[in-house]
Amino acid sequence: MGIVKLRKNFHEAKWDEPIIFELSTPGERGILVPQVEKAIEKEVGDGLSDLPPHMIRKELPKLPEISQNRILRHYLRLSQETLGADINIDIGQGTCTMKYSPKINEVFVRSPKVTELHPLQDESTVQGALEIMYKLDLLLRKLSGFDRFSFQPGGGSHAIFTMASIIYKYHKIHGNDHKTEIITTLLSHPSDAAAPKVKGFNVIDIPPDPETGYPDLEAFKEAVSERTAGLIICNPEDTEIFNPYIKEMTEMVHEVGGLCAYDMANANGIIGIVRPVDLGFDMGFYNLHKTFSSPHGCGGPGLGALGVKKELEPFLPVPVVDYDDKNKRYYLNYDLPYTIGKVREFYGVFPVVVRAYAWIMSLGEEGIKEVARVAVLNNNYVMTRILKEVKGVGISFPKTKYRVSQVRYTFEKLAKDTGLTIEDIIRRMVDFGFHLWTSHHPWIIPEPFTIEPTESYSKDDLDEYIEGLKTAAQEAYEKPEIVKNAPHQSAIHKIADISMLEDPEKWAPTWRMYLRKYGKK
Amino acid sequence: MKRKKVGLIINPIAGMGGRVGLKGTDGWHIVEKAIKLGAKPWSQDRARRALKKLLSIKDEIELLTYQGEMGEKVAIECGFEPKVIGKPAGPRTTPEDTKQAAKEMVKQGVDLIIFVGGDGTARDIYDSIGLSAVVIGVPAGVKMYSGVFASSPEAAGELAVRYLKGEIKDMMEQEVMDIDEEKFRQGIFSVRLYGYLRIPFDKRYIVGGKSPTSINERLNQEAIAVEVIENMEDNCYYVIGPGTTTKMILKKLNLDYSLLGVDIIYNGELVGKDLNEKQILKIIDGKKAKIIVSPIGGQGYVFGRGNQQISPEVIRKVGGKPNIIIVATQRKIISLRGRPLLVDTNDRKLDEELSGWYRIVIGYKEGLMYKVVPG
Repeated sequence: MGIVKLRKNFHEAKWDEPIIFELSTPGERGILVPQVEKAIEKEVGDGLSDLPPHMIRKELPKLPEISQNRILRHYLRLSQETLGADINIDIGQGTCTMKYSPKINEVFVRSPKVTELHPLQDESTVQGALEIMYKLDLLLRKLSGFDRFSFQPGGGSHAIFTMASIIYKYHKIHGNDHKTEIITTLLSHPSDAAAPKVKGFNVIDIPPDPETGYPDLEAFKEAVSERTAGLIICNPEDTEIFNPYIKEMTEMVHEVGGLCAYDMANANGIIGIVRPVDLGFDMGFYNLHKTFSSPHGCGGPGLGALGVKKELEPFLPVPVVDYDDKNKRYYLNYDLPYTIGKVREFYGVFPVVVRAYAWIMSLGEEGIKEVARVAVLNNNYVMTRILKEVKGVGISFPKTKYRVSQVRYTFEKLAKDTGLTIEDIIRRMVDFGFHLWTSHHPWIIPEPFTIEPTESYSKDDLDEYIEGLKTAAQEAYEKPEIVKNAPHQSAIHKIADISMLEDPEKWAPTWRMYLRKYGKK
Repeated sequence: MKRKKVGLIINPIAGMGGRVGLKGTDGWHIVEKAIKLGAKPWSQDRARRALKKLLSIKDEIELLTYQGEMGEKVAIECGFEPKVIGKPAGPRTTPEDTKQAAKEMVKQGVDLIIFVGGDGTARDIYDSIGLSAVVIGVPAGVKMYSGVFASSPEAAGELAVRYLKGEIKDMMEQEVMDIDEEKFRQGIFSVRLYGYLRIPFDKRYIVGGKSPTSINERLNQEAIAVEVIENMEDNCYYVIGPGTTTKMILKKLNLDYSLLGVDIIYNGELVGKDLNEKQILKIIDGKKAKIIVSPIGGQGYVFGRGNQQISPEVIRKVGGKPNIIIVATQRKIISLRGRPLLVDTNDRKLDEELSGWYRIVIGYKEGLMYKVVPG
C-alpha cells in the first residue's frame, strides 16, 4: 500500500489565454497551399466549377488567420488549464463511468490501419475492419442475450432516440396508431424522457417511492394502458438502486403490446452478471464509450451500441455487418425490410469499436464479471467510509441499504448546518485536484453529488479522494470562508455571476454571438 | 399529573373571502362585501374539526379561550369546558382581539396555542407573542403561505395531541408570510417574510411554507402551457385556477387574466375573469367543463388554498377527477420531497373522491404520475 496523501498544493496552470479569434492577424496563414499547375487544372478542372453556383462562397469565411505554431501553442496552453481524466482521480463525475481506458487500445486506434481508412472504400479492401465490427457484435450478443447489434448511434441519447424510432416504426407497421405513450422513470436519465418526445410520443414519468427509492409500482400500474407504446428505462437508475420490480414492469408493458427498451448507461456494475433479455427487454444499448474503454465526457467520440431481439432486427438502422459464408467475406447489409433508415452517416465510430473489441478480448468472460464485481466492491467501500467519516453527508433513500456501482449522496445536512452548498464543496475539491459533480437536472435529491468509483482505482486512490471530501466538509464547518471562496489555485476563480451559465439570453456559444450580444463590434 | 394548558384562538372571519373570490378578509369592508356575495363563516367548522381530535386527551388538558366565536362556542359544542379568559373589545372582532388573547394566554403560561385562521391571523399572533409560546395553525384562511399551518384541521388536531402527550420533542421556527392583500387584488403576487413562530416539528403534519415560482421556471411554465393548449377540446369551458403556472396558459393565448383569481376560457376566448363561486357555477351550468389547477407554492394543495372559488359544487359540476387537469413545474413537484399532493375542499367525501393517481402535466408532452390525498 502506498502513502495516502492529499495533494493540498495542487495547482492548475493559470494565465489569461485569449480566444483564438482575438489572436487573428489579417494575412497570417498556417500553411500556404501551392497553386494548382495549369496542366493539371486543364485535365481535372478547377474543382470549383463542378459545384452548384449557389453553394460557392461569395466572401471568405470569417476564420481566425493564424500561423501553425501559434495555433499549437494556443491549444497546448489551454490544455494545461483543464482538469483532465489523466490528472485527476476522476470518480467524482458519477454516471460518467470515468474509468481507466487502457493506453494500449490507443495504440491500436492510432494505427494507420485504422486512421487511414475511408468509409467509402470498397468492402473487399476493409475486410479486417468489417471483421472486427462483426465479431464485436457477436461478443455483445453473448453479453446481453440480444440477437443483433447496430453501432450507428453516436452516444447514449442518440441510442435512446434510435430505440424510440424503432418503437415508433414497429407500431406503425402493426397499425397501432393508438400507441402514443412512452413510460419512463423520473430517476432514469433525462434523455429517456426527452428523446421519445422528439419522436412525437407523450411521455409519462414514474416517481420513485419516497421510502425505498424503487420506481413506484402502483404509479406504474396506473400509467400502463392500451396507449402504452413502450418503456424506456434505466436500471439501476442514477441512484444505483437496482429495481426489484423490473421483470414485473416489462411483463406489464408486454401484456398491452408495448416494447421494452433498456438504457444501459449504468451498466458498469452489472455487465457480465445481468443480461437484459433475462429482464424482459426487447432492446437496449451499451455505451461503448465509458463502459468499454473509450473515454467519456467530451473526452472522445461515443458510441451507443444498440442490441435488439430477433423480431426487431428488421427495424435496425442500415447497414449492419454480415458474413457471407459461401464467399467467405464480410459485407455491409442494407437489406432490412423495416429499417428506420440511417441515424448517422456510415457505420459508427470505428475507433470506439476497436477499443471495445480489444477491451473485451483482453478481459474475457470472467474478466468482465470481475470488472462489475470490483466496481461494486469499490463503490460500497467508498460509500461506507463517506457515510461514516464525512461530516454533514447523507444518502438518498437511506432505507434501501445497497447500491450497485455509484451513489447519489446529499449534503443537505451540511447545507442546513453551515449555509454552504454543494457548489461550494465542488469548488473546494478543485483545490485538491479533484472533480466532483452534482446530478442531472432537475435536482430530485437536494444538494446532490454522485460518486462512481469504478473498477479502475486502487484503494489508495479511493482513500485520497475520500480524504479530500472529508477535508472540504470539515472546512465547511470550521473554516467556511476558505470553502466559500474556493477554488484558490485553479485556472478559473469562483464565477460571481452564475446567471451567465443559466440564462440562455446571456449565452454566447459562438464568437459571432458573443460579438452580437456583447456589442464588441 | 398536572393538566396541560392549551389556548384556542379563532379568527371568526378568516377564509370568508375565498369562495366569493375576494382573496382574503383583511378589513371589515371586505367582510361586508363577502357577506353580500354570500360568504358564510367557516372557521368555526374548521376549528371544530381540529378540536374533535383533542377529545381523546380531554381530561389531560385545560382549554383557555376567548368568548363566543373566538373559541368558547365551538369548544363547548365539542364537549370541552373551556376557561374563558376574555372577550372581543367590540361587536366585531379585530386583529387587536387576537393579539390580546395570545398575550393573555402566554401570561397564563399555556403549553400550546392553537389558532384558527390564515396568514393575517398568524401575523397577529407573531406581533403579539413572537417566539414566546409554541403554536399550531389550523388552516382556515384564504391565503396560507406561512409554514405554521398543519396540512388540514385534522392534522392540526393530531399534531397537538402528539405534542401535548410529549411524543414530539423537536420544535421548529417556521416562517410567517403574507401577501400584500391590496396588491394581491390588483394581481401583483408579492409574498413577504414577516417573522417566525415556533411550532412542533413533524413533517407528516406540517407543510412547508409556500414559495412563489421562481423566474427560472418560466420556460417550464411555457412548455406546460403549450401542452395544455394543444390538447384543449372545442366547446369545453376551462375553469383556470390561480397561480403563475396556470395563468401562463392565458398569457400564451394572448388573453387577459387575473393572476390570483379564477378565470374561464371557452374556445380560446376569455369568458369570465376573476370569478367567484356563483359566477363560475352560472357559466358552466349544464355545459361541458374542465378545471385546470396548479398546486400552490411548496405546500402541494391542489384545492382548498387560494382557490376556494372552485368549491365542491364547482368540482362536482365538471364531473370530478376525470375532468381535473393538474399542472405543475418540475421544481414545484420536487420541492414536495415525495409527499403527495393534497386536497382540502372542506367536503371530506369529495376529498376522498378526488384522491388517487393523477397524470400531472409537467412539461411539453410530459406527464408525471403523482398521488393526491385528502389534506
